[in-house]
Amino acid sequence: MSSMASGILTKVISGLRCPRFTAAALSCSGQAYSTAALPKAVVTPNDITVDSDKLLNVPLSQPDFFRVSELFSLKDLFDARVHLGHKKGCRHRLMEPYLFGSRLEVDVIDLEQTVEHLQLALNFTAHVAFRGGLILFVSRRRQFGHLVERTARECGEYAHTRYWQGGLLTNATIQYGPGVRLPDLVVFLSTLNNVFQPHTAIRDAAKMNIPTVGVVDTNCNPSLITYPVPANDDTPAAMELYCRLFKMTINRAKDKRKQLELLRGLGPAASK
Amino acid sequence: MAASRGTVVGSLLLRYGNKFAGSHIVATTVGRQPVRRQICTSCCLLRKNLAAAGPEKFTEEFIKKQVEEFNIGKRHLANMMGEDPENFTQEDIDRCIRYLFPSGLFEKKARPIMKHPDEVFPRQTAIQWGQDGRPFHFLFFTGKQSYYSLMHDIYEKTLAVERHQDRLRNKSLFTQDTKQISLVGSRWLRKEELEELLVEDISDYDYARFIQLMERLLSMPYSALEEESVQHYRRQLEVQSSKQEIPPLQHDQQGAAFSTAVGRRKTATASVVLRDGGSGKVTINGKDHLQFFPVLQDREQLMFPLHFADSLGRFDVEGSVSGGGHSAQAGALRLALARCLLTFSPEGKVEHMRQAGLLTADPRVKERKKPGQAKARKKFTWKKR
Repeated sequence: MSSMASGILTKVISGLRCPRFTAAALSCSGQAYSTAALPKAVVTPNDITVDSDKLLNVPLSQPDFFRVSELFSLKDLFDARVHLGHKKGCRHRLMEPYLFGSRLEVDVIDLEQTVEHLQLALNFTAHVAFRGGLILFVSRRRQFGHLVERTARECGEYAHTRYWQGGLLTNATIQYGPGVRLPDLVVFLSTLNNVFQPHTAIRDAAKMNIPTVGVVDTNCNPSLITYPVPANDDTPAAMELYCRLFKMTINRAKDKRKQLELLRGLGPAASK
Repeated sequence: MAASRGTVVGSLLLRYGNKFAGSHIVATTVGRQPVRRQICTSCCLLRKNLAAAGPEKFTEEFIKKQVEEFNIGKRHLANMMGEDPENFTQEDIDRCIRYLFPSGLFEKKARPIMKHPDEVFPRQTAIQWGQDGRPFHFLFFTGKQSYYSLMHDIYEKTLAVERHQDRLRNKSLFTQDTKQISLVGSRWLRKEELEELLVEDISDYDYARFIQLMERLLSMPYSALEEESVQHYRRQLEVQSSKQEIPPLQHDQQGAAFSTAVGRRKTATASVVLRDGGSGKVTINGKDHLQFFPVLQDREQLMFPLHFADSLGRFDVEGSVSGGGHSAQAGALRLALARCLLTFSPEGKVEHMRQAGLLTADPRVKERKKPGQAKARKKFTWKKR
C-alpha cells in the first residue's frame, strides 16, 4: 500500500517540475488557457530555486509523512456506523469486492478495506494541500450541505453543494472568466445526486484530468473515482467523521508547509 | 502590388483597431539574407465574435481614470461658466450642459449628459482570484457565490435560532408567546432589488427559494433573535395617501371657507368651488344640477363624493364644465368635487376615499382608429377566398 502510494505520487510529481504549473498538469492537459492569462511575467522552470524544489520533495521521503493513519482507527469507523450499507436490492455490481457480507439483506462494508482506502485518500489530500492545491468538496445531499460548506470554509478550501451547472469545469473560461484556476482535487462526500444518479462532476473531473477522492456507498459506481473510499454516506455521524478527518488532514498539511517554510527561511513568495 | 497590399493593410488596421490585421510578416533566412514574406490571412478570421464576448468589462484602473477625468472636467466646467468650482453640484452640471449643448432630441436618454462614472458604468464584480489563482470566496466554484453565500448565512441563522430554542426547552423556559418581528407596513425585497444587492443575476426559482428560506426563519417562535438581518431584506411600503395633493383651504371676503379643484374625464374638464356652511345647493354652469343633468345616473355620479363623506347638506357646490358628453362631464365633476372634499376631511378619510376610487382619474380615452380596419377594433369583412 505504501509502495503503491509512493508510486502514484512519483508519477504525479514527475510532471510537476514547477509548482506554478501544478494546476496545468493536474487540471487540464494541453489546455494552457487556464493559467495563461495570469498577470505575472512568463515563468520558466529556471526561476524556481533549488530550495523550494527540495521543500516540495520533503513529504515524499516517508510513506506516511503526515501521519494520517493516526487520525482514526477501525473502532472509530465502526462507532460512526461507517460499515452500514444499503439493502441488497440497491447494491451496485462494482461495489461487491468492497463488501464484507450481508445480514438480513442489509449490506455490510468491509472496514479493513475502508481503512486502507481512507488512509490512501487522506494521504493524497494532505500532499495536495501541502503543495497549495485547490480542493473542492462536492456533495448533493441536502441534509449535509451546510456541514460540507462549513468544513470547506474552516479549512480554507472550496465547496459546491448546490445544483451543478453543466459547464462549471468543462466550460470554465466562459463560466468564470479567462485565467481561472480549476480545482486540483475534487472530494466527493456523496457520489450520487438528488435523483440517485452519479454526480456529473465525477465525469467532468475525469474529462479535465482532475483527480477525485470519493466516499462510495453500496449503491454508487466507484469506476471513475481515483481514490474511492467504500463507506456509508447516509448517517450524520459518519458524515461528521469524514468532514472532521478531511479538515484535520488539510489543516495539518498546511501547517506543516508553513512550518517548513519558516524553518528554511523561505518567505510566502515560495508557497505556490 | 506590394503598395496596394499595403493600403489594404492600412484600411484593415483602421477598421479593426489595434488588432494585427491582414498580413503577418514572417522573417526567414534564405542564404545569409533575411527574406520577409507576407502571409495574407483572411479578414474573416480577425472579425471579433461580439456576441460571445458578453457585456463589456471595465478594469478598476479604467474606472479610476474616468473618475479623475470627471472631477477635473467638473472644475473646468465651473470655471467656464464662472461658477464656484468647490460647490458645484450635479444639478449645476446638468444645467450647464443643457446650456452648452442644447439638444432638441425627444428621447431624454439620448441627450448629452455628464455624470459620475459610478452612475454611467454598471457595477461589476472585480477579478475573483488572487495572484496565485486561488479564488477569494469559498463558494466561487458554484458560479453564483454571493447568492449561495447569502443562503448559507441565512440557514446558519436558522440553526442558531433552533439551538437557542433547544437550550430554552432544556431549561423548560420555552414559551410560544414571545415578541415577534413586526412585518406590518413592509414588503420583501423584489427580485431586481436582490440582484442589485448581490451584483449577480439570479433566476426566478432562486428568488422563490430565498423568500421560502426567509419565511421559514420567520416561522420560528424565537426568530426575533435575528431581527436586524431580517429587516435588512425588507423594504417599507409607502403610504399612498401621503402622496395625495390636497387643495389648500381658502377664505373669501365674508370669512366663509372654500376650496377649488379641477377634474378631467375623456375630453371634459370641470372646475369646482366647494363652499362650507351652505345648504346643499349644487349649481353647474349657472344652472341647477337637476336641470343640467336630466339623467339619474349623472346626478348619482355627481352626488357620490358628498354622500360618501356624509356631508350632503353641508356644502354649496359651484361647478363649471366644458367639453365631452354628459357622462364625461358628470365624471369630471365628480373627480373635482372629491378633490375639493379632501381639504375638509380628516387624515383617515383621505385613505378611505382613495380606496373607494374617488380620487383616481379614469384613464380611459377613445381608442384611435387604425389603418386597414374600419374602427379601432372592428375589422373589415374577412373573405376566405
